[in-house]
Amino acid sequence: MLYIPGNNPAMIQQGGVYGADSILLDLEDAVALNQKDAARALVRNMIKVVDFYDAEVCVRINHLSTPFGLADLEEIVPLQPSAIRYPKTESPEEVAELLKIIEKIEDRHRLPHNKMTLHAMIETAMGVQNVFNIASKFSRVDAITIGGQDLTADMNIVYTPDGVGIDFARKRIIMAAKASHIDVIDTVFPDVNDEEGLRKETEYAKKIGFTGKAVINPRQIDIIHQVFTPTEEEIRKAYHIVKEFKINTAAGIGVFAIDGKMVDAPVVARAEYILKLANVTVG
Amino acid sequence: MLNSLGREIPEYIEGIGKLEPFQGALAKLRKGWMDEPTIPAPNRAYLPHQSKVCKSLEEAIIRSNPHNGMTVSFHHHLRNGDILLVQTLNILHNMGIREITLASSSLNECHDPILPYLIDGTVTRIFSSGIRNQLGRAIALGVLETPVVIHSHGGRVRSIHTGKIKIDLAVIPASAADCEGNATGSHGKSAFGSIGYAVIDARYAKEVIVVTDNLVDYPCIPLSISQNFIDHVVVVDSIGDASKIATGTTRITKSPMDLRIAKLAADVIEHSGFFLPGFAFQVGAGGASLAVAKFIREKMRDKGIKGSFMLGGITSYCVDMLNDGLFETLFDVQSFDAVVSNSLLNNRRHIEIPAALYANPFNCGCITNKIDVVVLGALEIDVDFNVNVITGSEGYIRGASGGHSDTASGAKLTVVVCPSFRGRIPIIKKRVHTIVTPGETVHVLVTERGICVNPLYKELEENLRRAGLNIKEIHDLEIEVDTITGIPGPLEYTDKIVGIVEYRDGTIIDVIHQLKERV
Repeated sequence: MLYIPGNNPAMIQQGGVYGADSILLDLEDAVALNQKDAARALVRNMIKVVDFYDAEVCVRINHLSTPFGLADLEEIVPLQPSAIRYPKTESPEEVAELLKIIEKIEDRHRLPHNKMTLHAMIETAMGVQNVFNIASKFSRVDAITIGGQDLTADMNIVYTPDGVGIDFARKRIIMAAKASHIDVIDTVFPDVNDEEGLRKETEYAKKIGFTGKAVINPRQIDIIHQVFTPTEEEIRKAYHIVKEFKINTAAGIGVFAIDGKMVDAPVVARAEYILKLANVTVG
Repeated sequence: MLNSLGREIPEYIEGIGKLEPFQGALAKLRKGWMDEPTIPAPNRAYLPHQSKVCKSLEEAIIRSNPHNGMTVSFHHHLRNGDILLVQTLNILHNMGIREITLASSSLNECHDPILPYLIDGTVTRIFSSGIRNQLGRAIALGVLETPVVIHSHGGRVRSIHTGKIKIDLAVIPASAADCEGNATGSHGKSAFGSIGYAVIDARYAKEVIVVTDNLVDYPCIPLSISQNFIDHVVVVDSIGDASKIATGTTRITKSPMDLRIAKLAADVIEHSGFFLPGFAFQVGAGGASLAVAKFIREKMRDKGIKGSFMLGGITSYCVDMLNDGLFETLFDVQSFDAVVSNSLLNNRRHIEIPAALYANPFNCGCITNKIDVVVLGALEIDVDFNVNVITGSEGYIRGASGGHSDTASGAKLTVVVCPSFRGRIPIIKKRVHTIVTPGETVHVLVTERGICVNPLYKELEENLRRAGLNIKEIHDLEIEVDTITGIPGPLEYTDKIVGIVEYRDGTIIDVIHQLKERV
């Protein structure tokens, strides 16, 4: 997911060419207070005319407690981007309130309530504490994300490259997402020149369960893709497992072994997930 | 008359002579010989122990029989740090010499100070592979009566040995030389690496002056230029601005756009069918081109592929790939940074080559004929894949033919990399302003918005489609980009021709008309 400042027309225009799965047009932290109106108008117009190719388009609005949040919703909701990203989400009540406003706007514009989704950003200690209820209670919340910089600020700690200060939050958020069967996206890696550091952090994020990672520079996209894309060996192995599973199921066998290792339902589920990521079907 | 690309070419131009229209990239070469005779190189005789060393550049020029209408040649290995071209023309101007033909292998921004000599008649004709900045602007606006001739690096060698360019005086800066004129660019405080473009000048000029700021004991090794062709040797304090001659190392771009294009180009190369053990490779030193080398390097390591040679303008990145064992050899006609000079001097697999061996089409086979994959840039490309690398969107001359058409004609796979638009200007056109490299020699265009394969190369297209790459028809991409940028209004020209663009075989591929000055 590529962050693009909402007040930069050149970057927005090129947003779709870098191969990101998702473009996040940011009206919040990337935009100075005196440019909020201009950014909102720019994002509104660019969404209408720019081809972002295969990338999903999300818009991060300002929080409703600011003077800009409501105006952002009034302009962006009628355009029905793939998702609205809501910053500093702290409670399910807050989400309910936000969805009520969104649906009112959608009703005014005769738009359905089930097309555009909501990404809840968890960036405060309170948000971390409430994350399961935020993630699980609303069908329109289809992803949660962690905002590392804001969270460390809220916790009064310094953000360190090893991410140790937010490790608990990361894992709690992941568990909430997994329990709710929605996506969970890791925070950005701020040093764009440290490719090794980015790779390491992304590998860790994948290992603990994140399904994607946000980037602040297009140069970071390839590394994220390399880490999250299954390797040829993983795909081959998964293909073998699913194929054997189908053969054995047809023969009425539930549990079987490949190379001496037991294959049961969880192993098959994991293999199917890998094939889904790799866009491979077993005939 | 029309050439085979539909460009109107005059049959004759005063001051240039009869013109032959371009008929296809290999049309003139197929018969296996050249109709134009090779002219004899001049004969000279020197007495034993006769001194060649002159006290000053002026003295050497006086000894070289300066006269009106003379042709003076230079190499451009000093890049934008060159000071000797301007100094030489200052001296000739002060001597009252007029109607000089300037035959520099390229002209850069540092040569802007000679513009007054184009206006006052000191310089009346120019042969060069590239012209930029104020000179390019003034020439496009018609400062010279006789059109400039833009040639390729290989074409320049052909022009010299067939007598199209008859050099009276060659001034050859060298970073090290001895009292007999043995010279090199591979060491000394002003080291610039290969001196490959100047070898033909030394061979064919009536008078040759080697200028150095580093006179070494006899003999100067290596003998990149050898004493038997040198008439005079001049020692000066400096041959140029060292900071602009050779910078430390060439860095890979950090521009996300260039990197994106380079990544896609590397994917194209990987799946083209030509990414095989023993492949020969050339990339430019520019942003996206050089970045392709970074991705190819990774792919070569991953797949365990070792190449044969890298050719051309050599950067420190090429040297790294040689040292990593990814290629067997570097053939170096022009070096781009300080590290390269060191490698050229000390690594026997890093070989200095003259421009004739690099790219001259009229011999028994130049090394560009052996290239498998070349990656080239473009100022513009049209829907027939013709490439312009000489005139900018505003109509000024602002680039260089260089080795573009030479390498494209030889490579099995020519990959052109460029953004689909720069600023507000679309790069893919229905028709480029000026054709330098014919579309038949360009296999694939890679932009950030898609990859276009020349319809002449069906098998390549199939290979790339099979690999899942984002292939688009070039007409569709042109429309897509025009939708974003709009279509710029046409430039306005007069009927006067200010430049002719020679293809490497000496035929005329295009002409440049005088730009109407905007008010």
